[in-house]
Amino acid sequence: MNLRRDVFQAIADPTRRAILLLVASHSMTAGAIASNFDTARPTVSKHLQILTECELLEQKQDGREIHYYINAKKMKEVADFIEPFRIMWDDRFNKLESVMKKYKSKK
Amino acid sequence: MERKTKINAEDGKQDLVITREFDLPLELLFKAFEEPELVEQWMGTKVLKLENKKHGGWHFVTTDPKGNKYGFNGVIHEFSPNRKITRTFEMENTPFGVQLEFMEFEKMTDDTSKINMHVIYESVMQRDQVLQLPFRQGVNMAHNRIQEILSKLK
Repeated sequence: MNLRRDVFQAIADPTRRAILLLVASHSMTAGAIASNFDTARPTVSKHLQILTECELLEQKQDGREIHYYINAKKMKEVADFIEPFRIMWDDRFNKLESVMKKYKSKK
Repeated sequence: MERKTKINAEDGKQDLVITREFDLPLELLFKAFEEPELVEQWMGTKVLKLENKKHGGWHFVTTDPKGNKYGFNGVIHEFSPNRKITRTFEMENTPFGVQLEFMEFEKMTDDTSKINMHVIYESVMQRDQVLQLPFRQGVNMAHNRIQEILSKLK
């Protein structure tokens, strides 16, 4: 799995971007986040799960509630200006690797 | 094991280094740069010419999803199988100029290998322009949005 690419896919979704913008100002519970959207609660939960999996959000248990925080370090890392260039080469080289593995097994 | 592509581009310099380790024997890695059909597959381009020898030339044409065509060409200065390729690289009809590329191939184990690409540009400005090219619109758009979210963080 290419985790880096998943980060960009995560950001490419408008709802997930809106969630990041919300949580960027202060940490929030899943319920509070969901109340900002018309979409069904499970849909919002799914978005939160994806954002947490690619480490853009972090969860912290606070009593009975789970608060979502933005992971500033990860966000900055992804925002690094040469990252798109790196990803382009990484994708290209991943492709090279899979093309050559198939080539080898055909022989 | 995760094999990641690394880019080393120091501020204010007109070159950069791209390194990557592969789960491939050295010979297979090198072949990917040598055989036109293989280059076409992983680069997603059409290879019109690829003369793997000193004084040889190369010419690729890539078509984007909208049907626009982009030409790339250069001259090969050194072609040492399983070891090194030195070539020039030019993206046609762009202001990015000609770059000089030194690609070194190295065996790590029987099943793993490494590439080290040293790319030199005409100026610092040209290097930085290439780094910021909207290579992949999707990635760059997402990237701009991250900047937007980051600007909200203090």
